[in-house]
Amino acid sequence: MAARTFTIDGKLVTAEENATVLDAATEAGIDIPTLCHLEGVYDVGACRLCLVEVTGIGKLLPACTTRVAEGMEIKTDSERLRKYRRMTIELLFAERNHVCAVCVANSHCELQALACRLGMDHVRYDYTFPRWSVDNTHTLFGMDHNRCILCTRCVRVCWHIEGAGTKNVSGRGSHSHIISDLNQSWGSSETCTRCGKCVMGCPTGALFAKGVTVSEMERDRTKLEFIVTAREKKQWIA
Amino acid sequence: MVIDDLMEIAAKEKAARKPWVVRCCMAAGCMSSNSRGVKEALDRAVKEAGMESEVEVRGVGCMKLCCQGPLVQIDNEKPGATVEVTSVDHSPLYEKVTPEDAASLIGTLKGGKTSVESADPNQPFFTGQMSIVLANSGIVDPERIESYISLDGYDGLHHVLREMTPKEVLDTMIKSGLRGRGGAGYPTGLKWATVAKTPSAQKYVICNADEGDPGAFMDRSVLESDPHSVLEGMAIGAYAVGANQGFIYVRAEYPLAISRLHTAIKQAKQLGLLGSGIFESPFNFNIDLRIGAGAFVCGEETALMASVEGKRGTPRPRPPFPAESGLYNSPTLINNVETFANVAPIIRKGAEWFASIGTEKSKGTKVFALAGKITNTGLIEVPMGTPLRRIVEEMGGGAPDGGTIKAVQTGGPSGGCIPAHALDTPVDYESLSKLGSIMGSGGMIVMDEGTRMVDVARFFMEFCMDESCGKCIPCRAGTVQMHHMLTKILAGKATIRDLEQLEELCDMVRNTSLCGLGQTAPNPVMSTLRFFRQEYLDLLQEDTLGPGATNPPQKTVPAAN
Ligand SMILES: Cc1cc2nc3c(=O)[nH]c(=O)nc-3n(C[C@H](O)[C@H](O)[C@H](O)COP(=O)(O)O)c2cc1C
Ligand code: SF4
Ligand code: SF4
Ligand code: FES
Repeated sequence: MAARTFTIDGKLVTAEENATVLDAATEAGIDIPTLCHLEGVYDVGACRLCLVEVTGIGKLLPACTTRVAEGMEIKTDSERLRKYRRMTIELLFAERNHVCAVCVANSHCELQALACRLGMDHVRYDYTFPRWSVDNTHTLFGMDHNRCILCTRCVRVCWHIEGAGTKNVSGRGSHSHIISDLNQSWGSSETCTRCGKCVMGCPTGALFAKGVTVSEMERDRTKLEFIVTAREKKQWIA
Repeated sequence: MVIDDLMEIAAKEKAARKPWVVRCCMAAGCMSSNSRGVKEALDRAVKEAGMESEVEVRGVGCMKLCCQGPLVQIDNEKPGATVEVTSVDHSPLYEKVTPEDAASLIGTLKGGKTSVESADPNQPFFTGQMSIVLANSGIVDPERIESYISLDGYDGLHHVLREMTPKEVLDTMIKSGLRGRGGAGYPTGLKWATVAKTPSAQKYVICNADEGDPGAFMDRSVLESDPHSVLEGMAIGAYAVGANQGFIYVRAEYPLAISRLHTAIKQAKQLGLLGSGIFESPFNFNIDLRIGAGAFVCGEETALMASVEGKRGTPRPRPPFPAESGLYNSPTLINNVETFANVAPIIRKGAEWFASIGTEKSKGTKVFALAGKITNTGLIEVPMGTPLRRIVEEMGGGAPDGGTIKAVQTGGPSGGCIPAHALDTPVDYESLSKLGSIMGSGGMIVMDEGTRMVDVARFFMEFCMDESCGKCIPCRAGTVQMHHMLTKILAGKATIRDLEQLEELCDMVRNTSLCGLGQTAPNPVMSTLRFFRQEYLDLLQEDTLGPGATNPPQKTVPAAN
């Protein structure tokens, strides 16, 4: 496979021709903020946190879905990008009810970590305080829609790693929400295999294992990666 | 089917013409004011007058002056005349016809009088128009393929298949200078060439008939009035790019357009103008309909293709563009209804002819749906570069009841408001975008002095908020916040700080959203802020906080569910 040479934040980098800007940056030790990206499933370019500037292109491009090209000059950090990223996180906090102090994912949450990293010390927008429900009908897991950021990681994991196809998105705009099967309670789902992969993939406290309380919801992301790598490399056909 | 068969159909159709043709509009606008009843009454009146052998009552498509419907127009053709009227001729156009008027209208054929009001066909509303896309509209019977064939229909397709190579078709399209009529104005020839150059065993052609802009009805009119012109354009496009399957994605809210398309496709298949070996060439092409559920975002090309595939209609990042990887990951040509309707005329009359119309960078004509505070609402087709003033003041007749025009909105929720002082702007892609608006698909809403611009901005923001697919954060959550800020401003509860925050959010949503919906959602706000800033400032509360302070806690945004 041919290699491509280009610069990220002034640093000369090479990557395989099919690599995304995000892959290349990660390999070069440059950390671009992401939320909807999850190692192991395909990217959708939805959260817009990974937007980067590319010289000569008027639009900002999502690092997770943009392929590298020879001679590209990529900037992953600038005053403007930092501002947009902070605003994106602010919008998320105002959109649903992210009350960290009483959240199972407190201190293990990607949203919270990003807010800290981007210096979002307060939210300038009026909170919408929507009244979303909590689905506690499953025997092993729960879902609190109030914490969901609609990254669709759970959906992609459910369809493309587990292959169960339980999780989906229903509604549109601010009414979008994650559903199980045909918009029924998770507990009554006939397709859910109880594998828990969605729970492992969730960045916030929206999906959790039953029994955990504040701050206890830690996730093992490496399991997802392990499964995908093993499958790709056919490691189980010994 | 060979060319002789086509000519025979046309000749038969012409020979069967009766001396009088009473054309009755059967497009959705007039049908909503009972033009079906009018047509039935006209049929009865002809029978009662014993004139069946002399008079044809023909259901036709849009006759443009929609506000005065149902419309009826009568042509007098000498017996045995071989040429069909090809433009709106100068017979009177009867307005607001009721079934009761039928007898007196038919009576005029024998020298009788009628009290039915008629519009002057020489008024600027008609004389200012130039018809390419709508040339057959109001003349051809949209439910009979023979009627289209008698007006040179499918001649262009025949010419292309028998006498041109795909490369020559591409060159013609590039030379014509035609640009996409779906909003962005991308050069059509270039798009076709990209699809043609992408190697693949399977390619598709899609006609985008989603038309979701509030107030727009151009595409619907074309489909209802002259569906075959779109089918022919698609077939020519398919030949040029090497596709064998087409889809028309049309919204379920357009039942009449859907039924006419069904009929048109069926008739074209019966005559072998769609299917395999068209005109005895090796070219195969089929068209199927896909019905959308009426989501605005499904007009966005990648969302549309997801929807055709049976998936949730949400956009995906481009590249890859549909021309390289579109429907089912195959190269896909996607164009707007009006774009396709321009194709056959370009082939028939030549690229030079088309390129001679319009401005340097915007060629041909554009159809607009005139609506709002204007005397003549309806459909107009004008050459590119026509000054806005000409359209709204001369052709549209200005604001009704002596009002003054304050602004003209183009481009719907993705566009902007052009203030009255800029009415001399020529209507072309570049001039409109210089003013912070866009050509859009052709909605044109006229506003008078009674319109509050902040209201307008909020109306469109509400539309975008409701229609956002919810996939990306800036659009999903940003439109909610912008709508909330506009509501706050309108309620007199906002300060200059809120306005600054609104402008900052506009900039952010525009630059970070995934698809065109979010990227253009701030346009109505930014354009009204640009030209009518004072109206916003007048609504603001005094800022009692010192500089650097943040907003005090406010009433919260209403919950999303
Ligand atoms: C939110 C959104 C809605 C759109 N709606 C339509 C539509 O209703 N009809 C249409 O032809 N194009 C629509 N477009 C533009 C299409 O994405 C695409 O550019 C167009 O169909 C290409 O055809 P053209 O080159 O002939 O203009 C829309 C774009 C966006 C971003
Ligand atoms: S439940 Fe979690 S993984 Fe699923 S969309 Fe919401 S935040 Fe993302
Ligand atoms: S900009 Fe709006 S409509 Fe487009 S992908 Fe994002 S949320 Fe969906
Ligand atoms: S990580 Fe790229 S858009 Fe979310």
